[in-house]
This record gives sequence, structure tokens and C-alpha cells, in this order.
Amino acid sequence: MKPAPFRYADPRSVPEALEVLAAEEGAKVLAGGQSLLPLLSMRLAAPATLVDLNRVPGLDAVEVTADGVRVGALVRHAGLLAHDGAARVQPLLARATANVAHPAIRNRGTTVGSIAHADPSGEMTSVLALTGGSVSVAEPSGERAVGWQDLFVGPLETSLPSVAVVTSAYFPALPPRSGTAFAEVARRRGDYAVCGAGVVVTLDEDRRVAAVRASYVSVGLTPEVHDLTDAVAGAPVEKADWAAAGALARTLVDPDGDLHASADYRRLLVGVLTERTLIEAAAEAAGGFQ
Amino acid sequence: MTVSIDTERTVRLTVNGVPREATVPVRRLLSDALRHDLGLTGTHVGCEHGVCGACTVLVDGTPVRSCLVLAVQADGAEVTTVEGLARDGGRGGQVLHPVQEAFRECHALQCGFCTPGFLVTIAAGLEARDAAEEITEEEVDDLVGGNLCRCTGYANIKKAVRHAAAAMAVSAGTAAGPPAISAETAADGAVR
Repeated sequence: MKPAPFRYADPRSVPEALEVLAAEEGAKVLAGGQSLLPLLSMRLAAPATLVDLNRVPGLDAVEVTADGVRVGALVRHAGLLAHDGAARVQPLLARATANVAHPAIRNRGTTVGSIAHADPSGEMTSVLALTGGSVSVAEPSGERAVGWQDLFVGPLETSLPSVAVVTSAYFPALPPRSGTAFAEVARRRGDYAVCGAGVVVTLDEDRRVAAVRASYVSVGLTPEVHDLTDAVAGAPVEKADWAAAGALARTLVDPDGDLHASADYRRLLVGVLTERTLIEAAAEAAGGFQ
Repeated sequence: MTVSIDTERTVRLTVNGVPREATVPVRRLLSDALRHDLGLTGTHVGCEHGVCGACTVLVDGTPVRSCLVLAVQADGAEVTTVEGLARDGGRGGQVLHPVQEAFRECHALQCGFCTPGFLVTIAAGLEARDAAEEITEEEVDDLVGGNLCRCTGYANIKKAVRHAAAAMAVSAGTAAGPPAISAETAADGAVR
């Protein structure tokens, strides 16, 4: 339960970090380390070199505009959770980070690191997808944006090259006349979710359901966004059949079974959590009219 | 290249108010550096992958899992371990932290292995909240939810959290006094 030997660098700028990543074969970026260090200690990963971003200034900002929230690579989950401005523009951020592990993990773990880690049981990968977000990636050739659809390749695998640093994640604002909710089922509070669900309900100007989208945690190999609008489209918000949307969701997902839950149980949870979160999100969207 | 890439480093940090220094392999976990290099064995190491919470310490005032931080990452930081919770009471004596006092009072430990992590986590959590507000069940659950205890079943630990919160409200001058343990037990007919 100790990491295998590695080399360590703590550069003071992103270009310096890229320099080390380019020079060192098998190097890996370290930010909060709350997912990476357990992997090292369990010897599931043994990178030759760790490039620690923690001493790079300027990566710890949360920038909020009316259009969305940009979260820097060193913003801790706890910092995002406590950020009222971010929660106002995109409420899913606080709702999801509240479900990330335990407070001591949230104090150290970073939201962007959790996205770059690309664990399908992570909350923030799913929120990036659900909000239609992207990450900003620094490479020797310059900085570029990578949309969530192009980022996630498989469990713990992204499309990013080895000489790259994710410097921030961008979460677009919640659209008008919309509500959100996020819920999880876990064995213990703060454990990895057996299943989690995040939803966005958008109404039209007559308080009828215009769009329903959902994304799940610990379901599937990469984050996906499912459009559930067909089940409830055009229904007045008070009369929408959210159970039907839950039933539709169950037909769209393809969960795996493991030690903690069978695939069938996860599918059941998808239905239950979808209905439960949609009721909450719809009430919030409707509340916006009053 | 200007960036130094090392296999070993000298780490300087302040532990419980005392400047300390150790030369460690860069893969040394903060938990192991505290125990092996600095001799502070109060920090216990349970699961070593961030699940049990026994190794929780404060880094710059914030509770973190010391098994999920490298010692080199703590270079320059202020670290508080369980050894740093009690205050100097003068004449060589020490005054227990209200959380330590409450653990003793409420019998909130049996084997004691998980206790350092609980004490540090709860102490930081209670110090960060407004002592005047009465603590809720949900807050108590949140405070202890990240730490595992295999002996007590948590009932007495949660009782100690409430007791310490009440004691800290008194010392902050916002409440009359902590509930007597026996009265609290009798009130609802069960030991909580």
C-alpha cells in the first residue's frame, strides 16, 4: 500500500509543466490527488514521473459570467460547493459537488482533476456532459477547448495526448425557465454512488415541458446525456408523467453489474432516481414563473 | 530545463506549531512522514487509500487525508495532528480540546485506532461552525460520515459531537451549559 517509486516535479507555470511532461516518458499530472494517489498506493498505476500542478499560480479561480462558470484546475470541490455565484448561474455545480465523497476529500480533490480522471462513477464528468460543457487544454502548440463529447473515451481514459494539461472546465449557464436536481444512491453517505442522476427540465413560455435531459453516475463506461423529452413533451408542468420519463430512461441506459450492484438493479435505480429528480427539477422550473 | 525533477527532497513544515524538517523520498506519503520521519505516531494509518479517515490531519487548517497527500506537497504548510489538539495548560500540564474531553466523557472510543482521525475532523468541523447555532443531526452525520469506526457503532461518537458542540457554545459565551450526559440519556430513554 505504498506508491511505487517515481520522480517528482512541481513546476511554477503551465509551460514548465508541459516542458516536464514532454521530457519525461510516462509522466502524469497530479492535482488534488484524491483519485490518483489511491491508484498509486494500490499499485494500479505506476507513472514514472508526477507533475504536480499545486504550485502553479492562477489555476485556482472560479470565474462566473451570465453565460457560464469557468472552474480552474486547482479549484477544490469544497471551493466550488461554497461558491454562491457559481451555484446561481449553474445550480448543478453545487448540487453535484455536495455528493462528491466526504468533506476531507472535497477539501483536497479538484473538480477539474476529477473530470480529467474520467471515472464514470465521478459526479463532475456527468455534470460536464449534462450542461454541455468543455475543458480548456494547454498543449505545447497552444490552448484549445475540447467539448465533453470529444473528451471521454472510456473508463479512466480521455482523448487528450500525454503532453497536455487541463487548465479549466467550462460549465454553460442553466437556460431560462429551467430547473435541475441531482441525487444518488450509495452504500454509505459519501461513498461512490451505486447510481446517481442529474437532470435538467426546461419549460416553454406556457409552462409546458419543452425539454428533459438526464445524465447518470456509475452507469455506462463514459458519461452520456439522455433526452427524455419524448415521454413528457408538451405536458403542462403540473401534469407531466415523470414516471413515464423514468421508464423511458430505463430503456436508454446500459449499466454494468459489479460487486456492489447488478445491472438490473442499476437500471431500476435509473428509473427511480430519474422520476424523483425530475419532480424536484420541474417544481424548481415552475417556481421560476412565480 | 529549469524545473527540478527529484527522487528525494527535503521538506520543511510546521507541525503543531513546531518547525520540522525531513529528507524523504518523493513517494513518501504525508501520513508516513509524520509517523516515520517525525515520530508523531498519533496519526493512525488504516486503509491507506482514503476510505477510513483515521489519518486525517489539518493542512493549513483544513482537514485532509494525510495518506492522500505526498509529504513533498506539504512543504511549507502548517500541519496539525491529533498531538496538537490539546493546549498547554501551564506547569507542564495540558488542557484537552473540548472534543477530546467529550470523547472521554461520552465513552466515544473503544480500541482507539480510529480516534485520532475522528478527533481532528470533528475539532476542525466544530471550530469552523457558528457555536451559537445548535448542531443538527444532519450536521453531526456529515461531520463523522467520512470516518470509519469498527467498535462503537458511532452512537457515542455522535453523542460526543453534540456534547462538544454544546461545550464550545458555552466557552463562546452563547449557551448556559452542556447537557449533563445522564440527563441527556434519560430524556429519551436511550443512550444515543
